[in-house]
Amino acid sequence: MTAQEQVLMEGSEAIALAAIAAGCRFFAGYPMTPFTEVLEHFAKHLPGVGGTCINAESELEAVGMAWGALATGARAATGSTGQGLSLMQESFSEITLAELPLVIFNMARGQQDYFQATRGGGHGDYRHIVLAPMDISEAVELTQLAFHLADRWRNPVLVYGDYLTAHTRQAVTIDRIDFGGVPDKTWALDGSTTGTRASKLVSPLGFGKHGHPNPGIEQHLRKISAKHREIEQTEVRVESGYLDDAETVIVAFGTPAKFVRYVVQQLRAEGERVGYVRPISLWPFPYAAVTEAAQTARTVAVFELCAGQMIDDVRLGALGTAPVVGIGGISTDGSGFGVGPLLDAEHVRARILAVHRGGAGAELPRLPDNERTTG
Amino acid sequence: MSTSVPLGPVIDTTVAPDAARKVGDLTPDLLLTQEHHMCPGCGEPLVLRSFLEALTELDVAQRSVAVLGIGCYTSFGMTMDVDLIQALHGRAPSVATGVKRMLPDSIVFTLQGDGDMVNEGLQEVIHTAARGENVTCILLNNGVFGETGGHMTATTVIGQRTKNSLEGRDAEYHGYPILIGDLLARLDGAAYVARGSVHNAGAVARTKKMIKRAFEIQRDGGGFTFVEVLTMCPTGWFIPTVDGPEYLHDTLGEVHVMGELKEGGRIKSTEELYAENVKRQHEIESRLAAGGLEEEA
Ligand code: SF4
Repeated sequence: MTAQEQVLMEGSEAIALAAIAAGCRFFAGYPMTPFTEVLEHFAKHLPGVGGTCINAESELEAVGMAWGALATGARAATGSTGQGLSLMQESFSEITLAELPLVIFNMARGQQDYFQATRGGGHGDYRHIVLAPMDISEAVELTQLAFHLADRWRNPVLVYGDYLTAHTRQAVTIDRIDFGGVPDKTWALDGSTTGTRASKLVSPLGFGKHGHPNPGIEQHLRKISAKHREIEQTEVRVESGYLDDAETVIVAFGTPAKFVRYVVQQLRAEGERVGYVRPISLWPFPYAAVTEAAQTARTVAVFELCAGQMIDDVRLGALGTAPVVGIGGISTDGSGFGVGPLLDAEHVRARILAVHRGGAGAELPRLPDNERTTG
Repeated sequence: MSTSVPLGPVIDTTVAPDAARKVGDLTPDLLLTQEHHMCPGCGEPLVLRSFLEALTELDVAQRSVAVLGIGCYTSFGMTMDVDLIQALHGRAPSVATGVKRMLPDSIVFTLQGDGDMVNEGLQEVIHTAARGENVTCILLNNGVFGETGGHMTATTVIGQRTKNSLEGRDAEYHGYPILIGDLLARLDGAAYVARGSVHNAGAVARTKKMIKRAFEIQRDGGGFTFVEVLTMCPTGWFIPTVDGPEYLHDTLGEVHVMGELKEGGRIKSTEELYAENVKRQHEIESRLAAGGLEEEA
C-alpha cells in the first residue's frame, strides 16, 4: 500500500493492520463476538511479517502468551470483549506491576465496559491508559499510539471499541505514524545474560536477583503509583466543541460520541446553545475539561449506552458546579453483542433537546426497544 | 491427645563442627549464592541444582530463559543466575509459549509446583503439551501446598494427611489424585515425559539425566518435554525432617511411580515402570553384593 492510498476496510482488519504497522509481532486471543474478526485478521496478516498469532485455549492463556512475548522485548497484544477481558484481569494487574507494555483491544458488547476499562476487575492500584476511538480512522491512529504509549510508559494500554468499530467499514490509510522515540528495552531478556552474574528478572513482585537492588513490594508499588500520577498529568486526550456559551454540555466517548458531535453540530446550526466534550483517553480522564465546561453550563448531560458508568467520572469533574444527568440508557441489539436502536441521530437529538429545554429534571423520551422486544 | 515427636540432639548449625572439612566447591556455576529460604530437608533445592548443572553441562546456559510459578521455589528466582520471568500461579506454560515463539533458539523452561501446575493451571500444561510447544515444564511434586502450610493438592495421594484432609485423603470425599505425567504422556505433542525423585542420591542422579534429556530434545527442536520430580516437604507433611525421604518413597512414590513415561514415542504404564524399578533395585543390590557400583554412564 502506498502512502496516502485509501482503502475501504472493515474496522477489525484496519486495527490489526495498524497494530502490525506499529511493529506488533505477537498476538494471542480467543474468539468472541464482536472481537473475533480482530483475531482473524491478526492470524491472517502476522505470519507474513514474521510474526505469530496464537488461537489460545482461553483468554487466560492468551494474555499469558502475550506476557511472555512482551518480556522478550517484542511488541505484543491481546484482546477480547469485556467478558473475555474479565477473565484476564488477574494478569492485567500483574503485567502492570511487571511494567510490561501490553496493548489490549476491547471490542465491547452492548453492555459497555467503561467501569472495567477504567477501574478494572483486577487487584490493587493498577491503572491502564485507555483510548476510545470514535470511528475506524481514529482507531487506526489510536492503535498505533497505544503501542507507543505502552513502550513510553512501560504500562498496558487498552483500545476501547465496540461492535461498530469492529464491523463497519471506512476508507482508511494505514501508514506507520511516528510518535517519537521510546526508551530502550534494556529490561527485555533473551537468555544471553544467563550465567553472567547480571542475569535479568522480569517480575511483578518487586524483588531483584541476589546482590542486586531488592526494593521489595512496598517500594515497588509506590514507584508504579508515582508513574501513574505522572501519566495523569501528561496523557489526557480530549476533544470538545462549542463550549464558550453552551448552556447544555453533552459528554460522550467512543462511537456514541460521533453521533453526539453530529447532533450538536446540527443543533448549533439551528441556533441552540449546546456543546460537547469527548474524552479520547478514558484514563486518564479529562477531568479539567469537564470542570471548565461545567463552570458555565446549566446542565451537563452524559450520553452512554448503558445504565450509567462514565457518568461517575463526569460528576467528579463537574464538582457540583452544574447538575450532571444521564441521557443515554441500556440499548443493545437482540443478541446483546451489538448496538441497539438508541444509537440513532433522531433519538440522540430528542434526548439532548429534552434536557436542553427542560433542564436536569426533564423527562426523557421513552427508550426505544430492540427488534426482539418489539417483534 | 497429643503425640510428641522425638527431636533428637539439638545441633548448633551456626558454627562448623570440629570434624568438618571442605572437600571442594560444588556450588553450581549458575547459582548466585548459597543462601536460601527453604526449610531443612526440603527436596526442591536438589532439583534446582540438577537443572542448573544440566544447563551448564549442555552448554546452553546463555540462551536459557526460566519462567517461574508461585510456590516455595519462587524464591529461587533471586538466587539462580538465569534470565527469568516471574509468572502468575499456574500460568507459566503460556508465558513460556510467548517467549519461545519470539525466541525459537532459546531453551525455555518452567518451574512449577503441583499446586501451581496441576491445580491452578492444569489446562495450561495440557494445551502446551498438546501444541507440541518446544519448551520444557519441570514439576516439583510434593503432594501439598507447602507454601501455605501443607494443604491438599490435586496430586495428594489417597490416605495422605494434609491440613484439609486431616484423616487422610479419602477418594469418596476428596476425589482421586491426578497422575499428571501419565496424562501428558498420551498427548501426541509430548515428546518426552519422565518422573524423577530426590529421595536418595541414586534418584537425584537419575532425575538429573531426565532433565538433561528433556533439554537436549528441546535444543534439537523435538517438541514438548516434561519432567516431574517428587520432592520432600517435611514441613507440609508434618513429619520429622529426617523421615522425609522415606515418607516420600513410601507414599507419593508408590502412586506417582518414577521412570520415563514416554521416550522415543513409546508410552509406559505405571505397572511397567514399577516392574522396571523393582528389577533395577535387584540389579543394584546384586552388584553391590558382588563388590560395588561403577557410576552409570
Ligand atoms: S514448606 Fe515444603 S516445599 Fe516449602 S520450603 Fe518447606 S519443605 Fe520445601
